[in-house]
Amino acid sequence: MTHHVVLRVVAKLIIPLILLFALYVQFHGDYGPGGGFQAGVIFSAALILYALVFGLDSAQRAVPTTAVRVLMALGVLLYGGVGITSMLLGGNFLEYDVFAAEPAAGQHLGILLVELGVGITVSTTMLAIFYAFAGRRAAR
Amino acid sequence: MIDEHLPVLQVVVPLLAAPMCLLLGRGTLAWGLATAVGWFALYVALSLLGSVPAGGEIRYALGGWAAPWGIEYRVDRLDSYVLVIVAAVGALVLTYARASVAREIARHQHAAFYAALLLCLAGLLGIVITGDAFNLFVFLEISSLSSYALISLGRDRRALTASYQYLIMGTLGATFILIGVGLLYMVTGTLNMLDLAERLPALGDNRTVLAAFAFLVVGICLKIALFPLHLWLPNAYAYAPSVVTAFLAGTATKVAIYVLLRFLFTIFGAGFSFSGMLLSALLMVLALLGVLVASTVAIFQNDVKRMLAYSSVAQIGYIVLGISLVSVTGLTAALVHLFNHAVMKAALFLALGAVVYRVGGARLEDMKGLGRAMPLTLAAFVAGGLSLIGVPLTAGFISKWYLVLAALEAGWWPIALLVLIGSLLAVVYVWRVVETAYMQPRPAGAAAVSEAPWHMLLPIWALVVANVWLGIDTDLTVGIAGGVAVELLGGAP
Repeated sequence: MTHHVVLRVVAKLIIPLILLFALYVQFHGDYGPGGGFQAGVIFSAALILYALVFGLDSAQRAVPTTAVRVLMALGVLLYGGVGITSMLLGGNFLEYDVFAAEPAAGQHLGILLVELGVGITVSTTMLAIFYAFAGRRAAR
Repeated sequence: MIDEHLPVLQVVVPLLAAPMCLLLGRGTLAWGLATAVGWFALYVALSLLGSVPAGGEIRYALGGWAAPWGIEYRVDRLDSYVLVIVAAVGALVLTYARASVAREIARHQHAAFYAALLLCLAGLLGIVITGDAFNLFVFLEISSLSSYALISLGRDRRALTASYQYLIMGTLGATFILIGVGLLYMVTGTLNMLDLAERLPALGDNRTVLAAFAFLVVGICLKIALFPLHLWLPNAYAYAPSVVTAFLAGTATKVAIYVLLRFLFTIFGAGFSFSGMLLSALLMVLALLGVLVASTVAIFQNDVKRMLAYSSVAQIGYIVLGISLVSVTGLTAALVHLFNHAVMKAALFLALGAVVYRVGGARLEDMKGLGRAMPLTLAAFVAGGLSLIGVPLTAGFISKWYLVLAALEAGWWPIALLVLIGSLLAVVYVWRVVETAYMQPRPAGAAAVSEAPWHMLLPIWALVVANVWLGIDTDLTVGIAGGVAVELLGGAP
């Protein structure tokens, strides 16, 4: 890997930017185009690029498979948890209005949390698929 | 408070239990959670069945957005009837699963296995309960994707090819359904099923509507595994883990038939679906071919699991035959057989799973002499087989009775005859197993085999008892199915 100097330097430069852009797409999703799914894919693209340039082992040191597995489940649970909470607060499933005194604020909070759940699950699932394929040869 | 939320809890509880299973990480814990959730889903389904008024419905607006803008869950009697089938099979199969899964699936995959099974259950329940055509497609994909994963976990390496084959065929079917739904949305501007049903008649024989209809029927028939679109089914059932085969045989194709009924009768209306397009004749011919060809092929199978898979294709033929008669009796027969076939096939596949658990295989030669070694398991298998044939006092007899009745009512006596021939073919393939298990001795030198453990026998016998019960007391099946059949045909213009 030592001879790919250009690749390594450029990757180091742009990976943080990709991550930042993913976060922008994630949290600006309720004002502009974007949202959890797109953000999750972009976020995992940064991590996959890291794995491609610096090797699977370093990527798995940064984001261990166990963490991927746990986050994958937690994202879905966050989504569903928001729905359950809205039910406990007296609304229907995923009825965000009940989260705040003002319905608009409630909708804002609700969609933000749900999209965060989507983002977490999508990015870790993409990563899990990549790990599964990339790890096949190493396992042999 | 919980009562008004029952429709959404039906889907959300299994859906959220799936990631929890993954987090629990340990096989037994995940199994415990999954089983508890399975029984909870059955409780919800039964209370929904109890609370839906005849001819009425329960509606639930997701996110508080009223239909037709938001997605709504809508439970009428047909929905609650199919929900009970799916949830009952799910609960019993999950109760049975622990030992069988421990034997057939690698330890580190147990948690993921139960997560996938719960996702599949949630998807199937979601398909039935939703009142939104696109939401139906989403749930279809949830259940299909998880079932591809479940099938691929089979011990035999051929499970991978079987799963891949199903993936291709299933994706084709799902794509066709999506195209159909998209075309409907294009001409009506709505995805809500009731709204669609209201707007479609005004469009008449619009070309786009006709194209949507064709795409939907072909796509759904792929999922149903209607002959000749059944090619994915035998391999998928034969190589999947025993638990998965029993679960899918009892639920997946049944739910696909529900989707067909929903689209043909509720959304398009029987008047549109069966006039001028020869759909009735087409379904009738394919269903009869399915019954005869698949039953005949089943006779020549050496793998009993595969034999039962072909028998499933034949049984699907009976159900579709009932639908194709487009009469109250015909639909009643189809709906009754929907329930009865789920119960009998789940019993048969679970009994076979117990054989695999003890003997290690489900080929005919593995079953030699098992009648003595595993009397209770084999007795359950025979009882399930009798029901499959349609012997009086079993559930199978009731469905065949109504089917023959419907055929005679329509003046199609040759069909009644073909149904009886199908039953005779079933006698032949069930007899092959009985003969091997009871008349032939265990091969010399074969390891001693003991009876299956009680926690496997209990769900199997629960299903066997249900088989006999439904053959004697038909209030649950015929009572509800008759009412639903009238509703489905009465809703037609």
